[in-house]
Amino acid sequence: MKHIISALVENKPGVLAHVAGMFAARAFNIDSLVVGRTEDPKLSRMTIVVIGDDRILEQVRKQLAKIISVVKVQDFANQQVVARDLMLISVSAPPEKRPEILALIEMFRAKVVDLGTKFVTIEVSGPERKIEAFIDACRPYGIKNLARTGTIAMSRHTKAEA
Amino acid sequence: MSSNKPPEAPSAATENLKPGSQIIVDTLIELGVDTIFGYPGGVVLPLFDKLYDAPINFIIPRHEQGGCHMADAYARASSKVGVIIVTSGPGACNLTTGLATAMMDSVPIVAMTGQVRTELIGNDAFQEADTTGITRPVTKHNVIVKDVKELARTIREAFLIASTGRPGPVLIDIPLDVSVARCPHTQSEQTKLPGYRIRTQGHPRQIALAAKAINESDRPVLYVGGGVITANASNELRELAEKAHMPVTTTLLGLGCFDQSKPESLDMLGMHGAAYANYAVQECDLLIAVGARFDDRVTGKLKTFAPNAKIVHIDIDPASISKNVRVDIPVVGDAKLILTELVKQVAHGERTPWFTKISNWKAKFPLRYDSAGGLKPQYVVEELSRQTEGKAIITTGVGQNQMWAAQFYQYSRPRQFISSGGLGTMGFGLPAAIGAQVARPDETVIAIDGDCSFNMTLTELSTAVQYNLPIKVCILNNGYMGMVRQWQELFYNKRYSKSFLKNPDFAVLARAFGAEGIRVDKKSDVPKAVKQMLECKGPCVADFRIEREENVWPMVAAGKSLDEMDGLDIFERLA
Repeated sequence: MKHIISALVENKPGVLAHVAGMFAARAFNIDSLVVGRTEDPKLSRMTIVVIGDDRILEQVRKQLAKIISVVKVQDFANQQVVARDLMLISVSAPPEKRPEILALIEMFRAKVVDLGTKFVTIEVSGPERKIEAFIDACRPYGIKNLARTGTIAMSRHTKAEA
Repeated sequence: MSSNKPPEAPSAATENLKPGSQIIVDTLIELGVDTIFGYPGGVVLPLFDKLYDAPINFIIPRHEQGGCHMADAYARASSKVGVIIVTSGPGACNLTTGLATAMMDSVPIVAMTGQVRTELIGNDAFQEADTTGITRPVTKHNVIVKDVKELARTIREAFLIASTGRPGPVLIDIPLDVSVARCPHTQSEQTKLPGYRIRTQGHPRQIALAAKAINESDRPVLYVGGGVITANASNELRELAEKAHMPVTTTLLGLGCFDQSKPESLDMLGMHGAAYANYAVQECDLLIAVGARFDDRVTGKLKTFAPNAKIVHIDIDPASISKNVRVDIPVVGDAKLILTELVKQVAHGERTPWFTKISNWKAKFPLRYDSAGGLKPQYVVEELSRQTEGKAIITTGVGQNQMWAAQFYQYSRPRQFISSGGLGTMGFGLPAAIGAQVARPDETVIAIDGDCSFNMTLTELSTAVQYNLPIKVCILNNGYMGMVRQWQELFYNKRYSKSFLKNPDFAVLARAFGAEGIRVDKKSDVPKAVKQMLECKGPCVADFRIEREENVWPMVAAGKSLDEMDGLDIFERLA
């Protein structure tokens, strides 16, 4: 089962290596890992998607919290969350196919961010299954390049305040 | 130069600027460090220059691994933090086995390594290694200091991290330019560790649940490990065992935290534990684990471990709880504080049927061996225990020697048994004896070692001689990697593949080092040889040529349940 774990970490060199090393050493499976700064320059947030059962996840949480430079660990299991991936995808777009592709972009509320003579680069964000669906929809046209961020997430206020 | 630059600082402040190397030494002294193990080298020369006149007892090992084991045993024997300083590259790499040993056994060490100049890092400079990268998995924390202003605070943080919570080794990597750069040295700077919080007080509700479970139990067993020693909680453990009247079994690293002469003692459990300890665990209705981590050498087959027991687990490391075994009542916190609370809340229970059952097991399956025949290793350990009245500090190698030392010496106090439990590091015994002797100069320190374990680090004998440390090394010499040979005998049709070495004559070798050397071939010579060894004023090596194919019994083979012990027929034959 996939779990989204969010860890607030000190914004220092070596922290990512510490976290990634712990996952490797303890044979935990990372589906994706995203790191970025937060509003506090001293802290970064890591959003990690982990595959495993409850027992493994309990260990993942505890082992993460044990790392000295990890300040706080939150598991979004059993919580209402907003979870988003961002993707840039470059698709073959000869002039005769462009209307179709543009319709697709419209349907997925995606955006054209670069347009060349042969290819179009599209930005799309959303829940993971939407990203996957968009990739599938692009496949027939020919995907030249693809880059994804992995999931970032936040708990929903509606639920949190309830 | 910009016009708004502040005027030059007054000369008093300029004088207050110290080089990083001096800040390191001053901070260590401020933290109460009086003993350091270490080995110099290129990039730590500025630091070693400051150590030249520092009021510090400095011990130079012959190899950094030995030095790290010394710092480790120094910490285990004294409850202080062990400190080791080595150079970059090979010096740092040689620490890794020692750090991993300390990590597995939760021993507080602060290791400082030199590093090449900051601007050279990543250039494959001479004696450069990615020390923080290499040591990350074998330290509780590590950090490279790139600004001299962060040096003092980082050292204070390292000591705090190493010695609190579940202790462990912390490494600080210090580039050469940082140790020569200057800055003001402030004494009282706060540590900045937003991610480091230790829960010491156990949750009152969990403690109450544990007390209730104890009071309702007919067949409880206390299963205690090195955490009780780390927490200095042996007295509280004794009070609990006596007040609630509960039997106590210890792990290998827990040996000494409960006096083995007490009627409640079940001695050691596990793969080579006492049969009565293993039976008691399998039949108990409540298992109270304190400062122990359900290691596979302790539990045997997990599925059938303590099958009828409710499990209470007291540990300062939340990650230890429910890692291997599902726990019913977890209590996270400091063992001393939690046991103190538990003592208040438990009632006295006689539990006569339970203790009668245990007495029967003890009578039927005592730890024993067939004393007929040649020189038996168990006899040597028993004789050591007799002549030292069970009061010596014992360190061990790894393998059969370690198990016999655990089984046949009578331990009564914490910090008396020092062994590499988790990592199982052969070669630990001799350097550990040196570290323990440095920490406890007035006590008898004996390394019970195997010939192959001793071979790995015997170069440290010259360290013992240099500092005139009167350690005693008892080599249980069977000319084999004894435990490997035992497994090959039992599980590989006696095909003794690559498990024997041609040894030097250890007694002669010891004399070449400047130590005493004794060789013992006959059983009847053992008491005299042990006496001679103990009376020796300096370091002494006694080479006991034991029966070559003696095995460690009982034994729970890998993957078997704890009560499926082999070798019990020996007891029946001898009964």
